[in-house]
Amino acid sequence: MSIRKRTLFTMIGAAVLAAVSLPTSVAAFEPTKPIDFVIMAGKGGGADKMARLMQSIIEQEDLSARPVVPTNKPGGSGAEALVHLNGASDPDHTIMVTLNSFFTTPLRQPGLDVDIMEFAPVGRMAEDTFLLWVHKDEGVSSFDEFLAVAKERGDGWVMGGTGKNSEDNIITDFLNSNYGLSIKYIPYAGGGEVAKQLVGQQITSSVNNPSEALGFFESGDLIPLVAFTDERLPMFPDVPTLKESGGDFSYFMQRAVVGAPGMSDEAATYYSDLFTKVYESDAWQEYKSSKSLMGDFMAGDDLKAYWDTQRARHEDILKASGAIN
Amino acid sequence: MDILTSLMGGFLVALEPLNLGLAVLGVVVGLFVGAMPGLGSVNGVAILLPFTFVIQSMTGSATSPMIFLAAIYYGAMYGGAISSITLGIPGASTAVATTFDGRPLALKGQADRALVTAAVASFIGGTIANVLFTAFAPPLASVALKFGDPEIFALMLLAFATFVGLGGDDIPKTIFSICIGLVLATVGFDIVSGEPRLIFFDITGFSHGVRFLVLAIGVYGIGEMIWTVNSSRYGSTMSEVNVSFSRVLASIRKFHEAWKGTLIGSFLGFFVGILPAAGATPGSLMSYGVAKMTSRNPEEYGKGSVDGIAAPEAANNAASTGAMLPMMTLGIPGSPTTAVLLAGMVIWGLQPGPLLFTTQPDFVWPLIGSFYVSNIVALLVNLAFIPLFLWMLRMPFTILAPLIFVLSLVGTFAAYQNMFDVWLMVLVGIAAFFLRLLDYPLAPAVLAIVLGPIAEPKLRQSLLFSDGDFSIFFTRPIAGPITIIAIILILLPMFRLIRRKIRGNITT
Repeated sequence: MSIRKRTLFTMIGAAVLAAVSLPTSVAAFEPTKPIDFVIMAGKGGGADKMARLMQSIIEQEDLSARPVVPTNKPGGSGAEALVHLNGASDPDHTIMVTLNSFFTTPLRQPGLDVDIMEFAPVGRMAEDTFLLWVHKDEGVSSFDEFLAVAKERGDGWVMGGTGKNSEDNIITDFLNSNYGLSIKYIPYAGGGEVAKQLVGQQITSSVNNPSEALGFFESGDLIPLVAFTDERLPMFPDVPTLKESGGDFSYFMQRAVVGAPGMSDEAATYYSDLFTKVYESDAWQEYKSSKSLMGDFMAGDDLKAYWDTQRARHEDILKASGAIN
Repeated sequence: MDILTSLMGGFLVALEPLNLGLAVLGVVVGLFVGAMPGLGSVNGVAILLPFTFVIQSMTGSATSPMIFLAAIYYGAMYGGAISSITLGIPGASTAVATTFDGRPLALKGQADRALVTAAVASFIGGTIANVLFTAFAPPLASVALKFGDPEIFALMLLAFATFVGLGGDDIPKTIFSICIGLVLATVGFDIVSGEPRLIFFDITGFSHGVRFLVLAIGVYGIGEMIWTVNSSRYGSTMSEVNVSFSRVLASIRKFHEAWKGTLIGSFLGFFVGILPAAGATPGSLMSYGVAKMTSRNPEEYGKGSVDGIAAPEAANNAASTGAMLPMMTLGIPGSPTTAVLLAGMVIWGLQPGPLLFTTQPDFVWPLIGSFYVSNIVALLVNLAFIPLFLWMLRMPFTILAPLIFVLSLVGTFAAYQNMFDVWLMVLVGIAAFFLRLLDYPLAPAVLAIVLGPIAEPKLRQSLLFSDGDFSIFFTRPIAGPITIIAIILILLPMFRLIRRKIRGNITT
């Protein structure tokens, strides 16, 4: 009897323990030290502002027991940041906010030995959009006029962009090869600098993200001609998409958070939950709509599948432009 | 008149108890961050950015948090000079030029004079810049926009020229030193092509380049320390310092001897600060070069000239105000610190851009008012602390040397959180000692590693514009004259040499 009783108690005890420990064991990971939050771009750009906004939301809503510490690693179109994450000594406390150089840089530089599928898919926070911008004094007010003038000027038409083989370069290559243009592309260190060059009329056009050109759009200095999106942007209802103008092309930039290769599943789950909360916060939603960002939250296998298609697409694009073989 | 009424309104908000308190707190934090080797205004502002949310939720406006961060920025500009003068290690990159003359003057037993000169020059530089900012912000913003790639490159060339054309120094050795700096500046990933360059021995640590502070702390911290140990082998170098407020007051009365350096630094620093991509570090180095070049006694520079302290200190404060100009009028950062401030403005829900002045006057004018207030606060706090800083100098060198060593290591680690950079810094320090034994000037190498990363992409972007044609630097209305002046300055010492040769032939 007594033995049976003891077994019964043990069984009940085990069941209770299991019931209590099951849900907690899934989210067992808690950061035990400050989290290294790498930004694969310089200070003051779109990615940097976004990362610091995420940091402040985490701080403000007290979402993490340990602070999130942003560090900029802009070198080599993200190569510096990718190498840093690849060799992270503590992958469970190393995350990164990405641009599309997450796809293109490993393709262009196989020597870096970076496989993006090994990174932990923490969460896609948004997809940034691209528009074609000109200065108001250029006298160009539609995409068709742009095509005519740019064709006439040949390589006297200058597009400024952020870095070589970057998102901006890809869009410029697309315009050149599909519309018979020979626009000259000049790489700069960041989107803010590109906007400044255009406002000062040092260059003739840009493909800035809305967040980079918004101030100058509101002041009337810069005019958007066409959006490289599938549908018109709510913030720019009068700006047609390239698809409306007959082009079959749209292009987005992933704004995602990834974990270092080798991050444990528990930690990945923890960060996914953390950034789901950031995504759902009022501050993030307001930022998203005020900067004309698109795309819903995505994590886990969905995000990995998205990376796979994006990587394949960028491989095609880079091959077509001759950047890789 | 309109500007004056807006400014008065701004002052009233900036002087509200909370805002004034935040300005004082910010200045003290900035002073500390600036004085700590390795940490500069960028780190201070970035680390405390999240804290501003607390302030914002308390006041409900973006003005108070911004006043706090701007005060840190100013405080750090003052603070950088403190360790440059008392320890010989630049507290921040913006204060490197201050070590050139601040340290020698301190070793002569006049550290109090060096510190007072730095503080007063900082104040005057900051205030002149504030007045220029208040009166001419919009027109100056459009001037900044006229500076395209060839113009910025021409300006960088001018900066190099001021260092080469100084005369007095050994010109070939100066050029050699600049070349060392330029080569080190190209290490790492190339901005234009994205390719890795000069990754020595495939060490990944080199992929982010040889950082500026690694070189500056190596040369002025470790290198200087070994030098002092070596030259004082048979005696102890302990600076005699008397600490008293009357000496501080006496130094203030003698400040007028540094007026020329102060004025050069104030105007040049402000102008360089306005230009995007430049900022306070190149501004202070260029001002030092120009002050030395235009001085009647250039041979005093490097040996404790008060002008040589005033010029870079006035310049780094003026430049930090200057860097605020493109940030507030265009939404474009003029320095790394303003880039972080911009991120803050976005987070607080403001839209930086050309419309900020018209749509957010409640934010803009109190902030401008606080620039003036913070500057006065920083001057007073700094002067009050000078006796405390001088106490550091009274330590015997046997204690000071290990302290400098530890601060150099900790400072480098604090700046980059990376042991590789710490080792590299020590190596640089040892190399710097031997170069100095051979009479190589090291300041030009430090200048080159600051200006190289700015100048190189501008050169290449310009040449992309012109399809490789160098005439782009001569035919543009602004770039042309600057380039020509720079080339004349570089050639000047050669003319002098030829003239001396001819004269020598006549007399013999």
